[in-house]
Amino acid sequence: MNAALDVFTIVAVTAGAVFFLAGVVGLLRFPDTLTRLHALTKADNVGLGLIVIGLLPQAGSLFAALKLLLVWLLVLLAGSTVGQIMARVARRAEPRS
Amino acid sequence: MSPEFLVAAAGFVMITVVVGLARILYGPGNADRVMAAQLLGTGGIASLLLVSVARGVPAAVDVALTLAMLAAFASVAFVKNATAEQDDDSSDGGAR
Repeated sequence: MNAALDVFTIVAVTAGAVFFLAGVVGLLRFPDTLTRLHALTKADNVGLGLIVIGLLPQAGSLFAALKLLLVWLLVLLAGSTVGQIMARVARRAEPRS
Repeated sequence: MSPEFLVAAAGFVMITVVVGLARILYGPGNADRVMAAQLLGTGGIASLLLVSVARGVPAAVDVALTLAMLAAFASVAFVKNATAEQDDDSSDGGAR
């Protein structure tokens, strides 16, 4: 059981790190602002989410696990809000792209 | 669970996100630069959570929470500033 949880942690944390790598590659390689914002929000939400899910079995106590989930929830809320309003700013700034 | 893996993952995420900061140099618009900074904030949160669990430092989770809040405030401040500059020539200024 313990080894299975460790394998779950390793898989989920590795997947989250891969999402961060994909987000950075998208941020550097995509052609315009809105597509870059798309790559960034994926890395924000899913990358951090997978890392938090992977850390949950190692958290030790229920309170610590809930706190990790709370951090993810706050980042989800902030990331989705900021993504919307920043896309609006980017579209107004360069209406042709 | 060996803590070395979690610390290595934290280092990997941090290095990746710092490479992404090159967008601050090259990004044509200010929005691209703020996006790179926001990604740095999220990567910092992820690294702090990984280190907190790996080394058994519960206080690092509180630091991550504060960082999440401040990163959101930074982006909202940028958007407020940018829309204030643009609202002079827009028809729906302030309506949203």
